[in-house]
Amino acid sequence: MLFQTKDLKFSHPGQKEYHFQDISLDRGESLLVLGKSGSGKTTLLNLIAGLLSPHSGSVVLDGTAINQLDSGKMDRFRGENIGIVFQKPHLLAPLDVKENLMMARYFSNKNGQDADELLQELDLSYKSHSPVNQLSEGEAQRVSIARALINRPKLILADEPTSSLDDENAERVVKLLQGQATKIQAALIIVTHDHRVKEQISNYIEVKSV
Amino acid sequence: MNLFKLSWKYLTFRPLSTGLNVLLLALGLAIITVLLLIQDQFEKKMTQDAAGIDLVVGAKGSPLQLILSSVYHVDFPTGNIPMNEAVRLSRSRLVKQTIPMALGDNYQGYRIVGTNHDYLSLYEVGFASGKAWEEPFEVVLGAMVAEKSGLKLGDTFTGSHGISVGSHDHDHHDFRVVGVLEPKGNVVDRLVLTSIESVWYTHDEEGESDTDEMASKEDNDQVVESQDQEHGDHDHDAKFHHPVAKSGFPKTDQDREVTTLLVQYRSPMAAVQLPRMINSNTNMQAASPSFEMSRLFELLGVGIQVLEGLAFVLIAISGLGIFIALYNSLKERRYDLAVLRAIGASKFQLLILIFLEGVSLTFFGALLGILLGHGFLSILAAQNEQGIAAGLEAWTFLSAELWIVIYALTVGVLASAIPAWSAYQTSIANQLTRK
Repeated sequence: MLFQTKDLKFSHPGQKEYHFQDISLDRGESLLVLGKSGSGKTTLLNLIAGLLSPHSGSVVLDGTAINQLDSGKMDRFRGENIGIVFQKPHLLAPLDVKENLMMARYFSNKNGQDADELLQELDLSYKSHSPVNQLSEGEAQRVSIARALINRPKLILADEPTSSLDDENAERVVKLLQGQATKIQAALIIVTHDHRVKEQISNYIEVKSV
Repeated sequence: MNLFKLSWKYLTFRPLSTGLNVLLLALGLAIITVLLLIQDQFEKKMTQDAAGIDLVVGAKGSPLQLILSSVYHVDFPTGNIPMNEAVRLSRSRLVKQTIPMALGDNYQGYRIVGTNHDYLSLYEVGFASGKAWEEPFEVVLGAMVAEKSGLKLGDTFTGSHGISVGSHDHDHHDFRVVGVLEPKGNVVDRLVLTSIESVWYTHDEEGESDTDEMASKEDNDQVVESQDQEHGDHDHDAKFHHPVAKSGFPKTDQDREVTTLLVQYRSPMAAVQLPRMINSNTNMQAASPSFEMSRLFELLGVGIQVLEGLAFVLIAISGLGIFIALYNSLKERRYDLAVLRAIGASKFQLLILIFLEGVSLTFFGALLGILLGHGFLSILAAQNEQGIAAGLEAWTFLSAELWIVIYALTVGVLASAIPAWSAYQTSIANQLTRK
């Protein structure tokens, strides 16, 4: 198994504890995490990405128990092995498209994918040196996907990646994520409540507040 | 990409706010640079120009004026003294050497100084070309005078009365250039040197030809005037070709005057006795360059302190400006910081990123400030060719300027400390999942 969570528990201060269903994924596999807002699906994503640490339980990616890494090592590990796509692209405005990718490369110190090639696959090469605030929403989201993929992560996390996109772009984004995950043999987890995504990925779990 | 590049991108992403802060800091630091340079070079120049001169003796008046006019050649002379009194003083056992000087004329604003060859040896100045004056109306030009006026060996020119440009010309006898001095970076560079006789004879002729004009001279106390104009024409041509005195006083049987006397003491005892003796027993006054200069710096000290204060206020404001700019931009950038963490940056790298921004901002401020300071000084020196700021070296750098850079970087570190800390503590999970 490439990726596994076991018995994850977490509670935000003053709120009831979440108890998450176990997940296990192999290379190239995709999983949808569904749930209403407030159900804790974003918390689950944060735990998997190592942005929050669980009260109990474990998250193991390719043999590394990431909930046991200290903060600095976790940051490095995340940069190298986990690609995160957010609901909003959150690109760094002072940098152009390619520089945004190269920034992710810098922090991971890893020879990942070739940036130009990746941009071409995502149909962005003509925007390579555009300032990011001149991109359309769909383009910006694709750039953020490229940024998540540049280091050949073992795990791709996407947090509501389609919620602000139209049907056409939404379908394209999910296809891209799946295609890339297969290509670089990474596990893909998409957290969403977007029914459009369900049509493309059948494997899912549902998070419910207990 | 690296952190340097990233911080640079963020700085240039807000050019106006960055520019304003850099400029504010640069202004403050420029003032400090100018003060440092002026203080250093002025004091150096002042001591250099006054080296070897223990005492200046001249007509009664302001002692500071006497020093400024006869050592630094900036103020008006206080008047003349009878030569026989000066000669008597030079024979005192307390005196090692005296150099008489006759002042009061100029060429295009550069002062014509009648003196002897001892003046050249006092400043140990050599010749770039030509030789020292031997006969009346032969002159030697200081390096700067030669450069600015374009006069060369053999050229002739007419001196003007008074010590500033625009006074009437002495057109009866031209001066002839026989030598040009090497540049020394001191007061000699901006002087026209000649014999005391030249200065005397210039004014003799004036007196003979138009005595009416004499009366209308408003500052005739500053001129070396011959007391007896009745001696005949017969010896004129002859005396113009007699060799002049190369040391000591010119030989003359007339009652002549000189403007000042530069005195070197024979022993430290003289410093106690001689000034008192001159000031109380004669119609002359004695002033010590070192004493008068320290008095001048004391007077200027208040102004310098005010400027220093202003500089520090500017630096403090720019520090505050940088702090506010970083802090505000941080609010807008919390997402960016969270994203950086999400793509692998550590907390520590974010801390460094913010520090880099603050520090590089102040570093550029420091460079610009130092550049501005030197630039300002070079303008000052260029505007004031004949004054006391002339010959200030605008592009020499002091080790103290390194401290300016260090000050600036400290301001940068202080101003970015709080923003950097808050960047360090940004909780990415909260930031990124806030919808």
